[in-house]
Amino acid sequence: MIETPIQAIKTSTGRILRTEEMVVNMGPQHPSTHGVLRLEVVLDGEIVVDVIPHLGYLHRCFEKHCEHMTSYQQVIPYVDRMDYVAAMTNEHAFVVAAEKLLKIEVPERVHYIRIIMAELQRIASHLIAIGTFGIDMGAFTPFLYYFRDREKILELFEMTCGARLLYNYIWIGGLSHDIPPQFVEKTKEFCTDFKKTLKEVNDLLNYNEIFIKRTANVGILPKDLAINYACSGPMLRGSGVDFDLRRDDPYTLYNKFEWDVIVGKGEMGTVGDVWDRNIVRQREMWESLRIIEQAIATLPEGDVQKAVPKRIRPVPGDAYGRVEGPRGELGFYIVAEDSVTPYRIKARAPAFVNLSVINAISKGAMLADLVAIIGSIDIVLGEVDR
Amino acid sequence: MTAQEIHDILKSQFGDAILEAKLENVPDPFIKIQTEKIKEAAEFTKSDERLQFDYLMCLSGVDYKGKLGITYHLYSMTHRHKIVLKIEVPTETPNVPSVESVWKTANWHEREAFDLFGFNFIDHPDQRRILLPDDWEGHPLRKDYQTPEFYNGMKVPY
Repeated sequence: MIETPIQAIKTSTGRILRTEEMVVNMGPQHPSTHGVLRLEVVLDGEIVVDVIPHLGYLHRCFEKHCEHMTSYQQVIPYVDRMDYVAAMTNEHAFVVAAEKLLKIEVPERVHYIRIIMAELQRIASHLIAIGTFGIDMGAFTPFLYYFRDREKILELFEMTCGARLLYNYIWIGGLSHDIPPQFVEKTKEFCTDFKKTLKEVNDLLNYNEIFIKRTANVGILPKDLAINYACSGPMLRGSGVDFDLRRDDPYTLYNKFEWDVIVGKGEMGTVGDVWDRNIVRQREMWESLRIIEQAIATLPEGDVQKAVPKRIRPVPGDAYGRVEGPRGELGFYIVAEDSVTPYRIKARAPAFVNLSVINAISKGAMLADLVAIIGSIDIVLGEVDR
Repeated sequence: MTAQEIHDILKSQFGDAILEAKLENVPDPFIKIQTEKIKEAAEFTKSDERLQFDYLMCLSGVDYKGKLGITYHLYSMTHRHKIVLKIEVPTETPNVPSVESVWKTANWHEREAFDLFGFNFIDHPDQRRILLPDDWEGHPLRKDYQTPEFYNGMKVPY
């Protein structure tokens, strides 16, 4: 955080003007809060003294709904609607938790397809994150480039399961469909084309002088604070913590592929600043492409519905499953009783947890920098409020 | 470190305060601990050299019908091991020591548990509703919760 000295303002006759703190409400309808988030900002001039987030505008009682389902599979369309820009990841997280509870082993082909979908979804989500973050910082063009390419990913998803945003594709024990025959070819095509855009936008946005000036040394999140606030995903890695659930708490077959965990190094300023968080997302897309290309090349054969249970009635108990989503650790805690209805499901939403650190990293920043900080946290309010 | 070793360390430190432990044949091994000791246990698990549970993955309230419970999922960034702690309180007096001072992330998780289950977190610095409106009555994730007919003059179940 930059300590900005607040100097007393004097009139030409030498009288010192009093300053007063004031409260400014940012949101709930504000373009840079990325949804319906209201921030109660206490300002001293233009310096942020305190940020009090108010959530719940998009609360849809997800957890209560789950307790009234007649099957575990019925929960999946609901988890889609939590983080609506990364629905595949949500499904993946939920089925990982449910399969842990039910002790289901899925065929290798299912693992591979899930990995391809999860990584495509990570790219699609990061494209929105970086694109909208660019808009927050005054760069409109990258947003258009990225949305054009995100559309290609949505087309791949549409081809697979018929839906563009909310898929209901990954099921407990398998998938709803196998991938269509032309999927492999189209995905390869996408990977080749997309690399050009990635490089282009990387030069255009992330190494742009104005962008660096706006983001370097802003909203610094130190390593200890990040861990104490249980930040995860690019938030945590941007602060220099070399931790990725895909590698460090393997939940599927990521260890079969060669890829690297991207960590912020403070290239443009301090480790853990807004620029670092953004560049982690940018570089992660390259790693996702590497994983997709390897998975596509070695995709095994098999029946994707082989392990799908006809009726789900778990042994009473509980399980916590977590995956590395685009925003970080997405976990589901499922408590089961001897019934076909889940007894309790708690979603550990990464955006919810990451957002809780905002007050700690915004103090002393300028109001305009607060916009950069919100953008760099990459919140999706559907997930924060559930 | 295995769940058994973690349990042994906690057992030698807290003795009878460890009420129950299930370490095998469950998806996640858990240790049930006395409610009064949870903050002490949190501080110990975080600061002890062998455990170093510095990362609170999740904190979830559960209504077990007649009693309420909280589940703490802990992880250690240093040792890369995990454990689950559980506590239980009677529904009538759901007082739980807050672990906010140990893991800051518990702040919002505990606010959520207060909001949806009606726990009272002792020494929580900012116990307000987080997801529901401030003037909402009741705690919806309790199993005996009745949806109110009206909220501010609006009919609730349409």
